[in-house]
Amino acid sequence: MFELLVEMFSLKAMVRAGVAGLMVSLCAAVLGVCLVLKRYSMIGDGLSHVGFGALAIASAMQLAPMAVTLPVVVLSAFLLLRLSSRGKLKGDALIAMISTGALAIGIIAISLSNGTTSDIKSYLFGSILTTSKGDMWLSVALTVVVLSLFAIFYRKIFSVTFDETFARATGEKVERYNMLLAFLTALTIVLGMRVMGAMLISSLVVFPALTAMRVCKSYKNVMLCALAVSVVCFFSGLCFSYILEIPTGASVVVTNILAFLVFWGIGKVRKA
Amino acid sequence: MALITCDNVSFAYEGRTVLKDLSLTIERGEYLCIVGENGSGKSTLIKGLLGLLNPSAGKITYEKGFLNTAIGYLPQKTEAQKDFPASVWEVVSSGCHDLRLFTTKKQQEKIHAQMELLGITGLKKRSFADLSGGQQQRVLLARALCATQTMLLLDEPVAGLDPLVTREMYQIISMLHREQNLTVVMISHDIQAALHHGDRILHLSHGESYLGTVEEYLKSPLGMRFAGGDDHV
Repeated sequence: MFELLVEMFSLKAMVRAGVAGLMVSLCAAVLGVCLVLKRYSMIGDGLSHVGFGALAIASAMQLAPMAVTLPVVVLSAFLLLRLSSRGKLKGDALIAMISTGALAIGIIAISLSNGTTSDIKSYLFGSILTTSKGDMWLSVALTVVVLSLFAIFYRKIFSVTFDETFARATGEKVERYNMLLAFLTALTIVLGMRVMGAMLISSLVVFPALTAMRVCKSYKNVMLCALAVSVVCFFSGLCFSYILEIPTGASVVVTNILAFLVFWGIGKVRKA
Repeated sequence: MALITCDNVSFAYEGRTVLKDLSLTIERGEYLCIVGENGSGKSTLIKGLLGLLNPSAGKITYEKGFLNTAIGYLPQKTEAQKDFPASVWEVVSSGCHDLRLFTTKKQQEKIHAQMELLGITGLKKRSFADLSGGQQQRVLLARALCATQTMLLLDEPVAGLDPLVTREMYQIISMLHREQNLTVVMISHDIQAALHHGDRILHLSHGESYLGTVEEYLKSPLGMRFAGGDDHV
């Protein structure tokens, strides 16, 4: 086991992938708790599809992928939040429209630019070993930003998530926190897409939070537990993907499913 | 000067007027009950008092030095709170102003005092979602108390509670009113409880509104119709 780990991480690409992935897992877990509790779970999914579309267009026009994807996804996040909070369109319907729309545009962009199906595949399902040094450091920086912003506003975010009306009544600028949440989610999704793929990144957001909620009963414990679950699942998923030669993103999702089932069982047993 | 003064206030949603020309003063230390059927604008008025909704006409003014953010608000429970992982301590402490990562010593003392007052100190570490309806209301009331020293604004505080717990809840509110010198504004469906506990009644009804002491209200045409006049008290 130990030798295997040594062998695995003697590959530079694997180290970069591991670091970038762990960072994204940390951010996704923290944001995931908020999104799931706010009933915004699908936002991550919608944004990742937008990310796919933007990435496809960027590569078709030979532009820098990050420079195009990041602003597009951030803008869509604000738009999604704005439109669904105004209630003109129901959130889930809106997300369904935006996801499929972005997916379609992305596919057209790739086919017009003579892209191959392998390009599509790597966008959709991730290609962790192509993580560059720049990507890795970007993900480290992002994690520092997300976690410290979160720590600073931890209690306010709790208050706003638990009871938006009460928070508003005590003078909190609720919109500001919702915007912050949308912004951080967009950043996390874009960085995570490289590792997990557009189709699978939102699982990193949703699973650890839901898993932690099976057993933890306080907000703080859910946060800490989600962080731990997310990191452990990512790391073991990465190892499995190396050993079994299966795609990393999918492997991480499966370890998350297993963790969820285990925690769900523990929760049931405790209740009984 | 009154704590809150509403001067010919109207509220409208998307062009439709919900509440028209309401004049109301809320005096320090009084217990005002707002009654009226669904859609009569009770919730709208609450939002207005909290400063969450601007009146389409008229003006709401507050006593000098009193901010609408210093109202202790007890909103109706939301769907999301049913399975929200939060400890009682976390919920109560979220009522404090100036929330930082760590609560200050002063905040902690305040939180402890409110929990003691409402008899929920023993529930401190319990999960909010696992509590009974009555216990949850106490927790939310403790949270509201952390946000205020002056005024409580209660939106249907006994909704969904069984009769015994309902009575307990009304007793707690009266205790807070008397012993903590809090101004209480309570929205209620329960007209008998409003008559029993309140000093004054504001009755909102489509198009009409009535404001007066409980005795005056019972003698008014609106009061006669809804509360059955004198014979019920």
